[in-house]
Amino acid sequence: MKLDKEALRIKFLQGSWGILLISNLLGFLIGAVILLLAGFNPLEAYWVILKGIFSRPKYVSYVIIYATPLIITGLSVAFALRTGLFNIGAEGQYIVGAIMAAAAGYFFQLPLILHVPLAIGLAIIAGAIWGGLAGYIKARFGVHEVISTIMLNWIALYLSNFVITLKAFAAQGTGKTFPIQATARINLLSEWRITEAGIEFIRSHKVLGDILKTPINAGFIFAILLAILVWYVLNKTTLGYELRAVGFNPHAAEAGGINVKKSMVTSMLFAGGLAGAAGAFQVLGVSHRIAKLATMEGYGFDGIAVSLIGNNTGAGSVFAGLLFGALKYGGSKIQDAMQAPTEVINIMIGTIILFVAMPKLIRLILTLLERRAKN
Amino acid sequence: MTTIDFSQKVVEMIDVVKKFGDFVANDRINLTVHKGEVHSLLGENGAGKTTLVNCLYGLYHPTQGRIRVNGEDVDISDPNVAIQLGIGMVHQHFMLVAPFTVTQNIILGQETTKMMGILDLASAEKKVAEISERYGLTINPRDKIEDISVGSQQRVEILKALYRGAEILILDEPTAVLTPLEIKELVSIIRNLTQEGKSIIIITHKLHEIKQVADYCTIIRRGKFIDTVEVDKVSEQDLASMMVGREVSFEVDKDELEKGEEILTIKDLVVTDNRGLPAVNGLDLSLHKSEILGIAGVDGNGQSELVEALTGLRKVTSGSVSLRGKEITGSDPKTVINTWNIRTIPEDRQKRGLVMEFDVAENLILETYHATPFSNGGVLNHDKIYEWADDCTRNFDIRPQNPYLMAKALSGGNQQKVIIAREVSNDPEVLIASQPTRGLDVGAIEYVHTALVKQRDRGKAVLLISFELDEVMNVSDRIAVIFEGKIVGIVDAKGVDENEIGLMMAGGTR
Amino acid sequence: MEAFIKDIGFIIGTTLMYSTPLMFTSLGAVITERSGVVNIGLEGMMFFGAFVGAAVAYYTQSPWLGFFCAALGGALLALIHAIACVSFAAEQIVSGIAMNFLGSGAALFLSRLFFDGATQTLTIPNKIPLPLAFLFGDGKLFKSAGFMDLIFNRFATVYLAFLLVAVVWFVLYKTKVGMRIQAVGEHPEAADTLGISVYRIRYGAVMMSGFFAGMGGAAMSIAVVSRFSNTLISGHGFIALAAMIFGKWKPQGAMLACLLFGGAKGLEIFLGAKGFPVPSSLLAMLPYILTIVVLVGIVGKTTPPAAIGKIFDKSGK
Repeated sequence: MKLDKEALRIKFLQGSWGILLISNLLGFLIGAVILLLAGFNPLEAYWVILKGIFSRPKYVSYVIIYATPLIITGLSVAFALRTGLFNIGAEGQYIVGAIMAAAAGYFFQLPLILHVPLAIGLAIIAGAIWGGLAGYIKARFGVHEVISTIMLNWIALYLSNFVITLKAFAAQGTGKTFPIQATARINLLSEWRITEAGIEFIRSHKVLGDILKTPINAGFIFAILLAILVWYVLNKTTLGYELRAVGFNPHAAEAGGINVKKSMVTSMLFAGGLAGAAGAFQVLGVSHRIAKLATMEGYGFDGIAVSLIGNNTGAGSVFAGLLFGALKYGGSKIQDAMQAPTEVINIMIGTIILFVAMPKLIRLILTLLERRAKN
Repeated sequence: MTTIDFSQKVVEMIDVVKKFGDFVANDRINLTVHKGEVHSLLGENGAGKTTLVNCLYGLYHPTQGRIRVNGEDVDISDPNVAIQLGIGMVHQHFMLVAPFTVTQNIILGQETTKMMGILDLASAEKKVAEISERYGLTINPRDKIEDISVGSQQRVEILKALYRGAEILILDEPTAVLTPLEIKELVSIIRNLTQEGKSIIIITHKLHEIKQVADYCTIIRRGKFIDTVEVDKVSEQDLASMMVGREVSFEVDKDELEKGEEILTIKDLVVTDNRGLPAVNGLDLSLHKSEILGIAGVDGNGQSELVEALTGLRKVTSGSVSLRGKEITGSDPKTVINTWNIRTIPEDRQKRGLVMEFDVAENLILETYHATPFSNGGVLNHDKIYEWADDCTRNFDIRPQNPYLMAKALSGGNQQKVIIAREVSNDPEVLIASQPTRGLDVGAIEYVHTALVKQRDRGKAVLLISFELDEVMNVSDRIAVIFEGKIVGIVDAKGVDENEIGLMMAGGTR
Repeated sequence: MEAFIKDIGFIIGTTLMYSTPLMFTSLGAVITERSGVVNIGLEGMMFFGAFVGAAVAYYTQSPWLGFFCAALGGALLALIHAIACVSFAAEQIVSGIAMNFLGSGAALFLSRLFFDGATQTLTIPNKIPLPLAFLFGDGKLFKSAGFMDLIFNRFATVYLAFLLVAVVWFVLYKTKVGMRIQAVGEHPEAADTLGISVYRIRYGAVMMSGFFAGMGGAAMSIAVVSRFSNTLISGHGFIALAAMIFGKWKPQGAMLACLLFGGAKGLEIFLGAKGFPVPSSLLAMLPYILTIVVLVGIVGKTTPPAAIGKIFDKSGK
């Protein structure tokens, strides 16, 4: 096959990665237009966002910390999507994972080497059950997982709020549970940095010191590991093969001997477990407790965006998660800096997803641009 | 035929070209139809017949060329224009809304209304009843489409066109789904219509039907216009040669072989369809080694449900299936394939046979991915898989010979080769082939038939189910006829009479 | 005994109040899915409508103007969904997800712009009126806070919702347009060959669903409460979709389903007010658990429109 540079360029642009790139660019463009229409200077806004992300090492660290749960919920949605299932329930699975981690982190007294895996393991199981339930009622009763997972999200939210009222778990009236034991935390160097040696280090090292001021934790490392795991399972194992076959064509998979219903449940178990893990890492590494929720925090829903923008792959989820985290974090600064509503980021994300949903439009735009370039 | 008025040309398609991107579906086709004529369009699958009439009906726009109706140049931009010009179309796959009634389907798009858009179904029903009587097309205006027979549904389709005042009727493969009796009825309906001055364009690849009903025939091959002939003056052999471009032998080359011991026994099998009715209704069959047993029958007599029951995709209500005396009734697909070694070439290769987004190699291991050497302990062995896929593409002549190509990119014939490679590779005891040559060109059809015969020559059992009677008669050793879910007769293929089989297919007895 | 009757009245009244926004949105869902287009973005359209309704009602002091503009806002958002799904063959569920981000994002964006950086509007001066209020009170036909008052002295939006159920039913089953919508949702190719514009019907149906969802959102923000806030619409759009499935894609069925879900909410509020010893958060789960239970019970036995979610693409011809 002879592929000259021109054909290669077209192939990339018209392929799924090219479409993602262009969708992102279009999203930024639309965001700029909206800001302009609202009377703000888009370049100024984007500059504030960029500065908000990169100008200090501690900002970069915050972005990574913020992106961690997004990457993992993105993996959760991506995994389910490869089996043809829409896991809108990552939010609820995240919540039950967080509940489990907060409970396991508080109630048990164990050395760190046991406590952390236990808390994470229980959270994963909780999330898996929450996801598997939706998978089961789809396989057994034919209820579409979009509706059932959304209902489960709300049930999880109220469950979380209920758990916070339990005397054994939370100080009455505070709306927050008791913090988890020190042995359940996955923060890095959090004890050391407040010692004398630590404080000295922070003062003398600008970059690393700045980073140490943030609640860095092992969550990001886990996220990367999970992304690799997801990639491996989907592409290298027989289980992944079955799930992908069912995702592309459940009829042929069934005729070939694959148990389609079992695959659906397995896929949702996995996806739920991943989202549950996201909740766990957030509790064990950042919040150390759970609090009363007036509305959903949004990590699960944002995970949907991350997955779609990341082309539903492991690596894509990492990059999209970082991008999303950066936008959300940096975007929050334009409210204070210039009174520009931070929700322009939501509009941008919505636009990117919209374009991702319409490859036809992107291809149309590309062919039009190419025709113009040729003339 | 005396109905033709040669002074009036109702349809002229002049040098019509239709391209889809770079693909030329119609390459300067010329077609002339006179008033009162029955004109047939003949060609293989994919030759461009449906594309051409879709241009006439306004569903496609010709890339080049002219169309004239009743002597005037026209631009048929959408079906509404075609309908106004008096052109009506009965599609190969019926365009009927299943939960609607006959009347609703007929008036859809030209609804009779009282003021403000409120439907007036009562007067519509009256009109439908009138037209139905006039042309002898018996139907009940209040029936729901999903409840009536296929033959009745076709009558509704014809009524739809007549309701709109069609003078020119296009029938696309109208006999594909009819019993021999219903086909006879259709032939007389066509004669009635031409006597009323209507002109008919009929697309079919069934040569003896063309001889029965058509006055003229235009042959298209691979998008190109070959010739227009007067049907009375040519033989079926001539038509076939023009259609294919070479001498065609209908016979399948195979040796005489004595059938072996019984291997698959089906007793009193009952299987219900999606509507809860017994599609397979007390079926008995025995399949032997070293034979090809063909099941002949019109679509809808239980063939699909029978295959689904045998392959584990549908529950068995009652009855038994045994392999070499051992009960295997109701086994799930994985057991049927891996334990009993019964393999199937499915009737819908894009739905049941292949995962289009997987590459050739991934499709080849669809049933065996979990076994050594393709995987070990749950991890796939990439090298072994693609090595084997390479062998397959060579041995089974899958083109292009690239196991990394997506199945979507292959032609229909090569897709079928992938399926055959997969199903035959494990040396199955029983091979079930369901509509194995649907949508394939003549070269691919010959390939499939040769593969089936090869299996049988190696002492295996082959069950062939096909709606094409010619195929069943030429390939099988024995022929069983299925009608309303039962086997109504079994004959030896040698020296069998087509009329005898046709009678059995329609429910008559020997 | 009288207290018991009053309690029943209270529950029914609250049910009606909470069912109304669901009914509007669910009717919209029925229309769009009957035409073959899935719209899970109804939540975002409701959200946007809730904001637009409250904002316009605040600034113009007219609740009805707010209500109408909310509907237009929902329709505008739905237009984007229609363009994506109908003209550009988008993956409908993904487009719906985008609508939810866009709807909520746009609502909050505008809220911050027009209400001083806040994610909620100020209280509107005039809510949707209660047209039958003149019948209730001292010396009137019925006494205040009695059984009749609790049930029948409701916001105008409640009556409008029931009226619209009848209208949608009539249009869908008795008119030419309704028959075409059904045809397009069951077998778009058939409709196409008969000269019906599948695109136009679907555009209309999708935009209608946004119009209705916008009304549903406004029914929350300018009737049930009297402002928009970012926690006002929380899953209602999705409950409306579940109601549509429960109601077997029929307007009258969707209405009954919405009443059921509204009833769960009514019961929750009632038990909470009575000091029922179950924590409020557990009671709040009721509507959602009920939805799942109901769907498990009936979904296997229902059939959606045959062409739902499938892409109908006429380009290239």
